[in-house]
Amino acid sequence: MIEIRNLTKKFGRFTAVDNLSFTVTEGEVLGFLGPNGAGKSTTMKVITGFLSASGGTVIVDGHDISKNPIEVKSLIGYLPEGAPCYGDMTTLAFLKFIARIRGYRGEEIVERVQHVVNEVELHSVCQQTIETLSKGFRRRVGLAQAIMHDPKVLILDEPTDGLDPNQKHHVRELIKNLARDKIVIISTHILEEVTAVCSRAIIIAEGRIVADGTPAELESRSKYHHAVTVRLTDEYDLAADLSGLAAVSAVEKDGSEELSYTILAAGNTSIFAQVSEIAQSKNWPITEFHVSRGRLEDVFRSVTQAQGGE
Amino acid sequence: MDNLGIIFKRELFSYFATPLAYIFIVIFLIMNGIFTFELGGFYLRGQADLLPFFGFHPWLYLFMVPAIAMTLWADERKTGTIELLLTLPIRLRDAVLAKFLAAWVLIGIALMLTFPIWVTVNYLGDPDNGVILAAYLGSWFMAGGFLAIGSCMSASTKNSVISFILTVSICFLFVVMGSPILLESFPGWMPQFLVDALSAMGFLTHFNSISKGVLDIRDVLFFGVFIAAWLLASAVVIEIKKAN
Repeated sequence: MIEIRNLTKKFGRFTAVDNLSFTVTEGEVLGFLGPNGAGKSTTMKVITGFLSASGGTVIVDGHDISKNPIEVKSLIGYLPEGAPCYGDMTTLAFLKFIARIRGYRGEEIVERVQHVVNEVELHSVCQQTIETLSKGFRRRVGLAQAIMHDPKVLILDEPTDGLDPNQKHHVRELIKNLARDKIVIISTHILEEVTAVCSRAIIIAEGRIVADGTPAELESRSKYHHAVTVRLTDEYDLAADLSGLAAVSAVEKDGSEELSYTILAAGNTSIFAQVSEIAQSKNWPITEFHVSRGRLEDVFRSVTQAQGGE
Repeated sequence: MDNLGIIFKRELFSYFATPLAYIFIVIFLIMNGIFTFELGGFYLRGQADLLPFFGFHPWLYLFMVPAIAMTLWADERKTGTIELLLTLPIRLRDAVLAKFLAAWVLIGIALMLTFPIWVTVNYLGDPDNGVILAAYLGSWFMAGGFLAIGSCMSASTKNSVISFILTVSICFLFVVMGSPILLESFPGWMPQFLVDALSAMGFLTHFNSISKGVLDIRDVLFFGVFIAAWLLASAVVIEIKKAN
């Protein structure tokens, strides 16, 4: 378990992380969201022991990072932002170095390296120096070193940044597989990633938590929660038909698609049944009809911008 | 201790994985040859010792050692690998020491490869080999002093060129501190104990006696403490600057 209590990190007069508190338990995949400069990376750097906190405590599995940094660091696998690796080493030499530092000796080194090479599919680049690798491969080398010692806690700073869709999918599958008995914290800008891999999401802005919940809970805070999107074949005045319905708050025209409208729900109730009934009785010229669970992007924007406006 | 060895090996191998180590060694040997035979008048002196060889070492190190030291920490910070290194389960002091030792051993290897000069002097005459050994050791320790300054300067910046210039400047100060040039230029009002203290910090003061074969424990101790102090300073600087 990771317990973060009143964590504060200041750089001179600038407060990067402001009194942050949360706990993460085994089996959780925590997505750390926030605009650039919100304090995501700084928080991760403090949890991994790279930076020391200005105030508050970080306790990983019973060890306080400020008192037992070595114990905490041996529990954590960390992929820093940009996946820095020693460029002049070959992939194999680098991974062997990490295995040794992580305490493996003799045959174990070869076994562990082989294992992580299989896990992130690095066979083809084992003998290449890391500086010659593509961005995707470099990121995978970074992942390989992070999972070398089968860590209890995995902290990944933007693990899929710069990867192509196939690689992204692969890394997400990997994270899901690893997550079963571990704590995983990933930071990301990509909101679809949160829905894809995370069991919980925390949105931070200006160093403070502005939202915390499962992706579904966060989506339900969106004004598009329960909204119905319809696509028509011809112009039709939907608003007139729906004006009598109290559960409907508004009808929006979608900016990008022609003849596509989103009907927003007024409260936290489903309007699907009522809208579809009207659509049938009034014979709307519909080609598409679907219900939205909510838009994470919309929640993200509203909570982070409200914070910024203060 | 284990980790220190692992990091040390990685650092040393990485010197030899790039042309850096080879270029360093070759230039070191060429410069030594030029200094000893051309400027030092090795043959003309008609003496079977290596004084002209060792006499130039402070000036040779003044440029060669900062060249090795400049990337020590500056590169780690520039490429971000410092974040990887310092989140591994190791102590900062192990990392500082391992990096220092790897570079120091590289200089040691370069120094050892000057053995043809030792062979030559033994072939031509009958030198006191004890003196020569003492001088080699003293020279290596002095290089360690330069290197420790370099380690600290390299930790203070991401830019290795700045680190090089800073190291050269500070090393120069320590070289000339014990030399007559500087001692004479001190204003007369300066109290004698301060002048003595400053000249006692000078590299030349300590190295001159070592290179003549007087391996005084105090001179060795001086370089030992000097290295330890600058490495400690390196660790402090890394701790302060790693956030940027």
